[in-house]
Amino acid sequence: METLWNNYRYLILRRVTQISILVLYFGANAWGWNILMGNLSSSLFLNFIPLSDPYAALQMLVAGATLAVDLLVGVAIISLFYLVFGGRAFCSWVCPINIITDASSWLRSKLEIDRAINKKQPASRTIRYWVLALSLIISFFMGITAFEFISPISMVHRGIVFGLGFGWAAMLMIFLFDLFVLKHGWCGHICPLGGFYSLLGKFSLLRVHHLQEKCTLCMKCKEVCPEIQVLHMIGKESLPVLSGECTNCARCIEVCDDDALEFSIRKLAQNKQLESNNENNK
Amino acid sequence: MKKEALSDRRKFILNMARGAGLATISGFIWSAFVDEATASPLLLRPPAAIKEKDFLKTCIKCGLCAIACPYHTLLLAKPGDNKPLGTPYFEPREIPCYMCPDIPCVPVCPTGALDESSVTTDGVLDINIADMGVAVVDDNSCIAFWGIQCDACYRACPLLGEAITIEYTKNERTGKHAFMKPVVQPDICTGCGMCEKACVTEKAAIFILPRDVAEGKAGNYYIKGWDKNDEKRLENANEIKTTTEISKKSAMDSLNGSLEDLY
Repeated sequence: METLWNNYRYLILRRVTQISILVLYFGANAWGWNILMGNLSSSLFLNFIPLSDPYAALQMLVAGATLAVDLLVGVAIISLFYLVFGGRAFCSWVCPINIITDASSWLRSKLEIDRAINKKQPASRTIRYWVLALSLIISFFMGITAFEFISPISMVHRGIVFGLGFGWAAMLMIFLFDLFVLKHGWCGHICPLGGFYSLLGKFSLLRVHHLQEKCTLCMKCKEVCPEIQVLHMIGKESLPVLSGECTNCARCIEVCDDDALEFSIRKLAQNKQLESNNENNK
Repeated sequence: MKKEALSDRRKFILNMARGAGLATISGFIWSAFVDEATASPLLLRPPAAIKEKDFLKTCIKCGLCAIACPYHTLLLAKPGDNKPLGTPYFEPREIPCYMCPDIPCVPVCPTGALDESSVTTDGVLDINIADMGVAVVDDNSCIAFWGIQCDACYRACPLLGEAITIEYTKNERTGKHAFMKPVVQPDICTGCGMCEKACVTEKAAIFILPRDVAEGKAGNYYIKGWDKNDEKRLENANEIKTTTEISKKSAMDSLNGSLEDLY
């Protein structure tokens, strides 16, 4: 039992967080709770503190909308929060799509689908930055928040809180896409919100740290990591995970039997040094 | 024949070109989809909504207005509703806007897509100046126009006797009854839709349309000469703008000339 907790503690905490957030939003609409009202695009915390999606606000800005003060305050709060806790902490701790894609990726490995695929997947993880740029270009030219009208994230989240409609189709599409088409396809390759938070997370303080001297090269961390490229240092050097693409999901920490991975506060000056050394070594 | 390996620079340029090509394809598909998906001219927005074009880019689709609405009037468009996704709207025949004096849906809007100042008179919220749309009567299906007495819409109107008035005319068919016809006063109607909800016909004979769909426009070249206020528009009128060239011929020449230039 203790090992079970030890190996899944962060996963359990993440699911609890994700589901509690959904329940709070749902309760606000259904039963008039006022802890967390609205949805992930913009909400009101404790009837007082505005919270807003900075990526949505960026699209609004590019589309030519006037940004209201409440919105800007909400954007500032959310941006600061993720600057501290890692941009893509949103992806693994808040976003409801994460539950779907994690399920899909679990089934994919259980069915051993990747053993049936001979070729290396041709898709690049930089697609998300292209999609991000494209969303801003379209927002600019069409005068509309381009991603917000197709976002499966808000479709699903809004759907759960306000009524789903055909939103289940979006859920199923993402599930099947990740299962059969591309491993970690949506969250790891395409989602521009993830791309946005990756950029924001470059500067975040909370990081996973690898201690090479403890590592036994079992590679369990690389097996569970949805953004495997961020763990390039495993078994090679003691380095923090500096890539903003790390979602701080902490799966690597909990599966490691050797305590070779842990959360730590980024030591800014030192890490900058490491980062530049790293660049030079490439 | 063995081909020479591509240089790194060439590879880089080719890969960038591929990326740009794919981005162009997906960009056009995406734009086309969004353009179609946001075209919904018959949608009724919450009170104080800014112009539709601005609304679509300003509304962040958080649903705070829908949560604030005590009557569950406001809905967020779901996939499958064929309306701009996630934006708030209402369907008066289902649940109309009950025109709360404190307008709870408006001040909660974080982005200003619902603009408090447009429903404020002298610093006080005033739902009576809201403009969600305008009621339109189909006098072919309205039974009051048949001569059957019905004033359901008139009674349901929250601006009783102002936004809908009753016009009395003689019923020539019977010779002894009156028609009591509902007439909408479009400048006063807020488009709340309580009339549409109350209408007794199978499909409502009075219904709300967005104002720019329901109304025509005379153009600023028509001036009501009998209306002092309207005449004031002439005072500073000095702009001469024509789209067709004015004929230099005299009127007589023009009338007596050949008909050639007509064909």
